[in-house]
Amino acid sequence: MSSGHGHAAHAHRDDLGDKLGMWLFLVTEIVLFGGLFIAYSYMRSLYPADFHHGGAELNATLGVINTVVLLTSSLTMVLSLAALQLGDLVKAKAFLLGTILLGGCFLVIKSFEWGAKFQHHLYPGSAHMATLPHGQQVFFGLYFTMTGLHGVHVLVGMSVLGWMYTHLAKGKINQDRFVVLENGGLYWHLVDVIWIFLLPLFYLAA
Amino acid sequence: MSETIARAHESHEAEASHGHPTYGTFIKVWVALLLLTGALVGLSHLGQTAAVWGLLTLTPIKAALVFYFFMHLKYEGILLKGVILVTLGTLLIFFVLLFSDVAFR
Repeated sequence: MSSGHGHAAHAHRDDLGDKLGMWLFLVTEIVLFGGLFIAYSYMRSLYPADFHHGGAELNATLGVINTVVLLTSSLTMVLSLAALQLGDLVKAKAFLLGTILLGGCFLVIKSFEWGAKFQHHLYPGSAHMATLPHGQQVFFGLYFTMTGLHGVHVLVGMSVLGWMYTHLAKGKINQDRFVVLENGGLYWHLVDVIWIFLLPLFYLAA
Repeated sequence: MSETIARAHESHEAEASHGHPTYGTFIKVWVALLLLTGALVGLSHLGQTAAVWGLLTLTPIKAALVFYFFMHLKYEGILLKGVILVTLGTLLIFFVLLFSDVAFR
């Protein structure tokens, strides 16, 4: 049918190479957060009681709600790509927009959570923090570092997906050329995976 | 003739399941992820030990589901799968080395 045309369009591109490049970048992200996970594990083994008290200060309900938000955004992301592959541009755009909005929702909830911590003077460098046991200072240091770095990734992910939305609307990303959207999705899903680990580490099992 | 059509239909289905998975698969994975999150929250109410076991078992399963389905590793070749396995293996070696050091300090 259109295989001849499709083949010509495929001639000067390397989708697997594009994806391999993205995965190699994601490897550096995994190792970046992996180092922080190792730091968390070591510090937790040094200060188990302080980590328990620190974890009790966090709002587990907000943590779980944000998990549902991010898992759902991962679903809409993968559905956006599936819709594009099936040739349904309207759905692909709607799902992608939904993903970006859910990312925003995550950050709004996160900002309320951080705001409450700042109101209680629980932030690195505060006078109140200096009075807490050393292990709790380490716990909150890791909490702000890891959730903060993750939050930056959510922001970057939203920007990348927003840029992709405009390319989708212009037709530069389309049913025949979707590897860019797929790579953007890979980044978004990795950000989701990192949060999957942050939830129990800080909110549930500390 | 009918055999050819049947074979073409078969290969089309195989292609559909390889390159273009349908919405249903992803929705099922999402439901599984929500159920596992619920289980993780439930375990955390049973005490510290149960919560840590939940962290060590359910969390990697959740991550694997995202990697395997949402990130399409199920549909990728040995190269991309290998890249991820080597990375996770390296991290595991770091963990083991660090904690073997801590244990004998």
